Amino acid sequence: MQNLNFQQVLRYREEFIDGLLATLQMTGISAFFGLLIGVLGAVLLTRGPKPVRILLKSYIEIIRNTPPLIQLFIIFFIFPSIGVRLSPFPAACVALSIYFGAYAIEIIRSGLNSIPKSQIEAGECLGLTSFEVFRFVILPPALRNIYPSLTSQLVLLLLGTSVASQIAATELFHTATFVESRTFRSFEVYALISAIYVVVVVSSRVMFAAIGALAFRWPVRR
Amino acid sequence: MRSLSTVDLIAFLHGFQWTLVLVALSFFFGGLLGLVLALLRTSPFLPLRLFAALILQIVQGVPLLALLMFFYFGMPVFLGVEVPSLAAVTVAFSIYSGVFLGEIWRGGIQAVKFTQWEAGASLGLSRYEQFRFIIAPQALKISLPATVGFLVQLIKGTSLAAVVGFVELTRAGQIAAAATFQQIFVYSIVAAVYFAICFPLTTWSRSLEARLNGTG
Repeated sequence: MQNLNFQQVLRYREEFIDGLLATLQMTGISAFFGLLIGVLGAVLLTRGPKPVRILLKSYIEIIRNTPPLIQLFIIFFIFPSIGVRLSPFPAACVALSIYFGAYAIEIIRSGLNSIPKSQIEAGECLGLTSFEVFRFVILPPALRNIYPSLTSQLVLLLLGTSVASQIAATELFHTATFVESRTFRSFEVYALISAIYVVVVVSSRVMFAAIGALAFRWPVRR
Repeated sequence: MRSLSTVDLIAFLHGFQWTLVLVALSFFFGGLLGLVLALLRTSPFLPLRLFAALILQIVQGVPLLALLMFFYFGMPVFLGVEVPSLAAVTVAFSIYSGVFLGEIWRGGIQAVKFTQWEAGASLGLSRYEQFRFIIAPQALKISLPATVGFLVQLIKGTSLAAVVGFVELTRAGQIAAAATFQQIFVYSIVAAVYFAICFPLTTWSRSLEARLNGTG
């Protein structure tokens, strides 16, 4: 074992905190727009005209079968070629929203499909309008069904923001490369940020599980 | 600045070879680790289950990129000697695969009804024989779609090895992009190669899953 020296690395704790906040911010923004894509996409994929459905399906397949790093590079370099100046952080948010959106569409669509047709018919028989059927018959159980996979996909998004460091977008991982270049303590830096990610991810998993347990007791008990 | 030429295509092919080598090595060693983790997670002894769960939480809580850096810079620290980058990168990807495969196979093992273990026991089979001849074949069939699905994740994940300078497909792309300034074109080719490998696997995984749901 060589000598480990965390002292120098820990002097940069403010930078690490800023990096963490930027990571959370990037996750939040990408999750918001990704979910928007997910909801719209899921509706269009089930109800939309055929050309739109084919387009959406190819979008999903392309995103799911190519590395996020390459997607990030392509999107980052597309902006200057169409004459838009975009700094790395928003570019990364665009790429990650597109990435998260593809997974969100599939999750939300499978949630909507998981409601048996007979229940929707039962709602109609009770004289509910189609909005009421959606609001009271489809939405609550669909939300409960998609909650676990959507939240674990969110955690994957949080981890995925680390690739944004490769286009020099400042987030937690980028902070690590910055501190590494100042201190030359590579192993200590990466050990430290690994630990930060573990703490954040495990606590957000616990938080999501707690929210899920509270939110989905009602109206249907398992 | 120069234009894209056949030299670059040959470099892509060369890089692609190393992507395949990396996937094969990590899938092999990750598979061995995954088997051990799956058995620990389904073991009757609580401490073993907790130990495996702890490893799982830690590795799944770290971005693949950080895992890669941790082992790339950590292997020399742990071992006290310089290791070739292929070795360091393989260790990181094997641990990543091991944890995910372990979790997938645990699901497969637990999907086989517990009475199957008991049936084996009542036939006088040892615990190893019960696993080897009764549980494992059924668990394998159940977890095959997810295993193939994970293979796609792994292939996509190896692109991150480019970050530590390991010359696989993505790194070959970065080199060509830097020389030609045709980033969008070059990265589209690279993306197309990944897609050509991953899409058939995704389709296969989906058809396996449909067959499983149809017969199961």
